[in-house]
Amino acid sequence: MSGHSNYTPKTGIERWLDARLPVVRLAYDSLVDFPTPKNLNYWYTFGGILAICLGIQLVTGIVLAMHYVPHVDYAFGSVERIMRDVNYGWLVRYMHANGASMFFIAVYAHMFRGLYYGSYKAPRELLWILGCVIYLLMMATAFMGYVLPWGQMSFHGAVVITNLFGALPIVGQSITTWLWGGFAVDNPTLNRFFSLHYLLPFMIAGVVILHIWALHVVGNNNPSGVEVKSKADTVPFHPYYTVKDGFAIALFMIMFAAFVFFNPNALGDPVNYVPADPLVTPAHIVPEWYFLPFYAILRAVPDKLMGVLMMFSAIGVLFVLPWLDTSRVKSMRYRPTTRLYFFIFVVACLVLGFCGGRLPDDHVIPGLTTFTLIDADLNSMVWLSRIAAAYYFAYFLIILPVMGLTESPLPQPASISEPVLSHSAAMPVGAAASPEKRG
Amino acid sequence: MADANPEHGVEGDDPNRRDFIHIAAGVAALGAAATVAWPIIDQMNPAGDTLALASVEFDLTKVQLGQSVTIKWRGKPLFIRHRTGVEIASAIKDDKADLRDPSTDEERHKKGKAEWLVLIGTCTHLGCVPTFGGGDYGGWFCPCHGSHYDTSGRIRKGPAPKNLAVPDYAFLSDTVVKVG
Amino acid sequence: MLRKGLAIAALGLALVGGSAFAAGTQEEPRTVAWSFNGPFGKFDRAQLQRGYKVYREVCSSCHAMHLMSFRNLGQKGGPFYDPEYPNPNNNPYVKAIAKDYQIDDIDSETGDVVKRPGVPADRFASPYPNEAATRASNGGALPPDMSTLSKAREGGPDYIYSLLTGYGEVPAGLEVPEGKHYNPYMAGDVSAFWKGKGHAPIGGLIAMTPPLAPDKVTFDDGTKSTVDQQARDVAAFLAWVSEPKMEERKAFGVGTMAYLLILAGLLYVSYKRIWRNVAH
Repeated sequence: MSGHSNYTPKTGIERWLDARLPVVRLAYDSLVDFPTPKNLNYWYTFGGILAICLGIQLVTGIVLAMHYVPHVDYAFGSVERIMRDVNYGWLVRYMHANGASMFFIAVYAHMFRGLYYGSYKAPRELLWILGCVIYLLMMATAFMGYVLPWGQMSFHGAVVITNLFGALPIVGQSITTWLWGGFAVDNPTLNRFFSLHYLLPFMIAGVVILHIWALHVVGNNNPSGVEVKSKADTVPFHPYYTVKDGFAIALFMIMFAAFVFFNPNALGDPVNYVPADPLVTPAHIVPEWYFLPFYAILRAVPDKLMGVLMMFSAIGVLFVLPWLDTSRVKSMRYRPTTRLYFFIFVVACLVLGFCGGRLPDDHVIPGLTTFTLIDADLNSMVWLSRIAAAYYFAYFLIILPVMGLTESPLPQPASISEPVLSHSAAMPVGAAASPEKRG
Repeated sequence: MADANPEHGVEGDDPNRRDFIHIAAGVAALGAAATVAWPIIDQMNPAGDTLALASVEFDLTKVQLGQSVTIKWRGKPLFIRHRTGVEIASAIKDDKADLRDPSTDEERHKKGKAEWLVLIGTCTHLGCVPTFGGGDYGGWFCPCHGSHYDTSGRIRKGPAPKNLAVPDYAFLSDTVVKVG
Repeated sequence: MLRKGLAIAALGLALVGGSAFAAGTQEEPRTVAWSFNGPFGKFDRAQLQRGYKVYREVCSSCHAMHLMSFRNLGQKGGPFYDPEYPNPNNNPYVKAIAKDYQIDDIDSETGDVVKRPGVPADRFASPYPNEAATRASNGGALPPDMSTLSKAREGGPDYIYSLLTGYGEVPAGLEVPEGKHYNPYMAGDVSAFWKGKGHAPIGGLIAMTPPLAPDKVTFDDGTKSTVDQQARDVAAFLAWVSEPKMEERKAFGVGTMAYLLILAGLLYVSYKRIWRNVAH
């Protein structure tokens, strides 16, 4: 939808600038005048929320870097100094730590929105892939950031994740030693993680710019999955969506503030307030909550190398999603059966997250012991993870390709503005979901 | 303001109209931004542990008559000098001399404590630390560019523009002084 | 759609956040109605002072608190804060407390390691010079540093209180080895020492001998010095040590939430006004 620019510079300065570096024009075209579908619901506000999250993390992170010391003997103490002595240091630190969790809450909502409304389908494949790149960068950044306070979980989490690379044949151990800068996770590792943790968010910002650019070339998707046909389908981004996004951001900030001010350590692990000790491993090593589903997939597979490959494949499959889903219809609103499979997929992801936080041998139904299947009792977290992981991959590799070919979708509206109903799945009046139409 | 909106009346509003509510919301949002901005700025101010070292107490019995002790205070050297009678007399005698930075000796010590001189040991020229006792005036001598200070810490010869600075200090007792 | 999404998210967070005690290695700590609980909670200054006394007279002989300085005791929100001395370095009570401690220092004239009385800027000294000495004096065990202890344990002050008052009868059939003590609130696995019938009791072995005893610490404000009282007070004190900014954080939070709710309300009305005549 990148079309003609309607910007006319009004003042002398604006004209001067427009002739040399049209930044005001760019801002106007992208954020003020940009024609946006008028039926976007609140699931579409998470993009704006994510931009604010990135801004918050960057600002608070740079402030923390003014006081943090990236040395194994001083890291833990420097973080506590920030909490106790630096003016408002406690606020900046809690905003940064909880901001990371908020960032992932928003990114998961944003991604699930994309899955539901088919925002990854043509012509938005590259937009989706850029988003996956941002997601990967976010995970790397978050992992390295969590190591920096040098608590028990920081240290042993770093040990576990860096050891994963050792599973690769032939080059595995060399790569691990190269990552460590030594024979174990130690000061060289901490120092380089700090350097990279500072660097990566700026890479994220760059990819975000590409992501928004890619969006603006093809235009937003919308809940009906029907592309914009005319001006009647759209409203200018400002003030319609600037204010709606602003409202959603305010609500999100309320949730953020609830954590930062009243329960700042709820999403973390208390064990990370014990200074790192290479000789003592905590009883339960768990990553932060946003990594739990992948941790569950990793542990679900008995073989170390296969576990690593499956974990990375779980992210990798997202990159090829645009080509796995064969359906012509974008929005799950009009794909009733696939929609059910989608909701089960969401449940599977939540189950994987739940399993990731438990010990593999924990009972799912407490107290019940059944029989051992292969290497674990059937009523164990590891088998629940296996079932959920199987569904996760089946959704992308089997269900979506097959359903696209076999399901008869519900009739879609001719355009966005044609069926003017204020909420819920917009079905054109008179077109009942007759049984013979279902796939 | 563009008001080319075909629908007038109660329902028809140009969304760009500057209604009070939009102004109020905008101002509130800016207020939130300002409230967040202050901690971000204030965190660069000295932290609690830095402020803790902002003042130091010193036991004067450590300084022999005629000696000077240098301690670190706020990251800078601090001279604490126990002056002899001769040194005090010579300082008072020069009160009327031609001084680049005029100051009487009385102004540079606490009342009744003429024997104690507390000065920041940074040459007012370019910041070197003057050496004790050197120079032509019996006070201090700065080896960097040859500034001479007298027994009251006043600049007498050389490029320094001002006398050695007297910090904020107080006697907590006859033997303990608190600086800063 | 939005409601369904929120419900799923809440369910997800609730599941993921799951109880850390489900594994059943320790008794759930007993909850105490601390004065600092809740969004409007504040520390009880008198309790913090009593708790400091318990730390000073009982715990500090083995436990370090090396991230705390004496001046922290006199800062706003701390046990000995005095509004007349906004800079805790000048607080006479803090100076007196600091002077009571002997701090390692280097003699500026001879270069020898000497001990000198503390000043408010000094950190709390460790009772032992290094980890090896600590372990040697404690039968191989390392009493953890108390600077962040309260936030390093699930349950925080509830856990500390429960542990300190949890020493009790050893279940018949449990052979507790020399130098260790059974405590149901301690995380661990005693099945190796269980000679009785059925499942081994939950709880673990802790190297710390029961540290508190009735009247072991006399409280200056006349409060009855029971083990329960000492445990409550020192747990509250340690909660403050872990989070000296808690009161400031909650107060800031109340103001922020109120402001954000108003801001959200204004933005909502603004949003509704703008979208009023757009069919969507």
